[in-house]
Amino acid sequence: MTDKGWEPVIGLEIHAQLATQSKIFSGAPTAYGAPPNTQACAVDLGLPGVLPVLNREAVRMAVRFGLAIEARVSRRSVFARKNYFYPDLPKGYQISQYELPIVAAGHTEITLEDGGTKRVGITRAHLEEDAGKSLHEDFHGMSGIDLNRAGTPLLEIVSEPDLRSAKEAVTYMRKIHTLVRYLGICDGNMQEGSFRCDANVSVRKTGEARLGTRAEVKNLNSFRFVERAICHEIERQIALLEAGGTVVLETRLYDPDRDETRPMREKEEANDYRYFPDPDLLPLVLSEDFIEAQRADLPELPDAKRQRFIAQYGLPAYDAAVLCASRELADFYEGAVAASGGQAKPCANWVMVEVLGALNREAKEIGQCPISPTMLGGLVRRITDGTISGKIAKEVFEAMWQGEGDADAVIEARGLKQISDEGAIAALIDEVLRDNPTQVAQYRQGKEQVLAFFVGHVMKKSRGKANPQRLNALLRERLGAG
Amino acid sequence: MSIDHAAVQKIAWLARLKLAEHDVPEYARQLSGILDLVDQMNRVDTTGIEALAHPLELVLRIREDVVTETDRREAFQAGAPEVAAGLYLVPKVIG
Repeated sequence: MTDKGWEPVIGLEIHAQLATQSKIFSGAPTAYGAPPNTQACAVDLGLPGVLPVLNREAVRMAVRFGLAIEARVSRRSVFARKNYFYPDLPKGYQISQYELPIVAAGHTEITLEDGGTKRVGITRAHLEEDAGKSLHEDFHGMSGIDLNRAGTPLLEIVSEPDLRSAKEAVTYMRKIHTLVRYLGICDGNMQEGSFRCDANVSVRKTGEARLGTRAEVKNLNSFRFVERAICHEIERQIALLEAGGTVVLETRLYDPDRDETRPMREKEEANDYRYFPDPDLLPLVLSEDFIEAQRADLPELPDAKRQRFIAQYGLPAYDAAVLCASRELADFYEGAVAASGGQAKPCANWVMVEVLGALNREAKEIGQCPISPTMLGGLVRRITDGTISGKIAKEVFEAMWQGEGDADAVIEARGLKQISDEGAIAALIDEVLRDNPTQVAQYRQGKEQVLAFFVGHVMKKSRGKANPQRLNALLRERLGAG
Repeated sequence: MSIDHAAVQKIAWLARLKLAEHDVPEYARQLSGILDLVDQMNRVDTTGIEALAHPLELVLRIREDVVTETDRREAFQAGAPEVAAGLYLVPKVIG
């Protein structure tokens, strides 16, 4: 993307909270929403004499991620102290990884708006502990500190500066979001802060090889904010440079209410972290067996699943991408196809339009869908075998959604079985033709559009149950014969 | 001296240490001495020797992902200067 001869260059640092039971270096629980400081133990508080002990599950999850992005998984990695002072960081340092991260040099592919793909490099992914939370509401002029989150395991995923627009950045972020959820290593809940991101943004003249000075935009906890904040930051930098100014290397906070970024105050900023290897922790060494066991245990990943959906079910690329957005949705779809007797495309349409539409309306996730894959497949089966029309099927879908049972039960209870019997349909047609002689004459004078009028009336008389194909054929036959 | 007056003050600020102005030259001398020693070690030929992250020839022990800690907030907060609504209170961070 170019804007008045400027090219944006963006890299993202994504923090994914790992879905462990206990913290990365202590046995305190990680559950969200507990009363303040009830899940902060002596290790999390940094009390004197405590020692960190690494959580095996956090390591396993980082390795799974590394394998999924075809990265180098380090046989030997080292934890380091990142030193800065802030009240929600009780030890005065965060345990992180610096020179030897657990995952290095991976990549992933994103699908662009024009249908093309782009490879995005992932420089590294490292394990670290989260800090606590500061609450700045007024406690008689003081700040409140909740350390429940302190010590929660994070995987920081750092991309190369390969992204060239806010849209690309969001697409990449969504890709990583999908990936960590497929891997089952992060719940991806952005409201609760389980998945958040900082963006490094710079601009340069189109064609210029050197990178411009970047600013880091923090506090991006929704896909919408990421796009808006990056767009805003690109515009700010271009305006600044065109007015003869210079971009300074700084950290800026995005304020969603005012839709702007502002520099962090000096107090909030500390660029000199004085990293050094943490003497409390020995190097982390992974065996080939451990890594290979993780590789063998990887689920089918989003790209592979999408390709399979296209090949196996003959779906368009768009449908495959929508259905593979999460493992749960993809499983739902495959369950429906199996129950429908292999009606791949009709099932795709029903899932994408009716199921996703209804879930969206009620702000529900696929896991909360009141209709099971088997029920949806059963409905599609009844359309295919001619028991009901597509139109009646929508009524059956609504009834199933409201808990009236599966498709066969609803069709039976509501008497929705399609009328395919030629004699019955013909009788209805004759009635309609007899009652509307004017329109019959019009049709016979060549006014073809009147056909829809007859179809409508016969459908109404059948209460929507007449088989539309039979009805059309019979109607033409009878009108022609007149 | 590799560490000058300004560097000492910056390091002190990063470490949130309050140094008396008349103590700064002595710290500059001591810290420079440490760096001089590092310089001296850097002159040793280490070709073919792997960097050492820890002096012990051991690797990290890891634990299973099991919750073992219970809520001991009351005990921990007994030693805190000020608490309210379960929170530790500190001088206001953002004004």
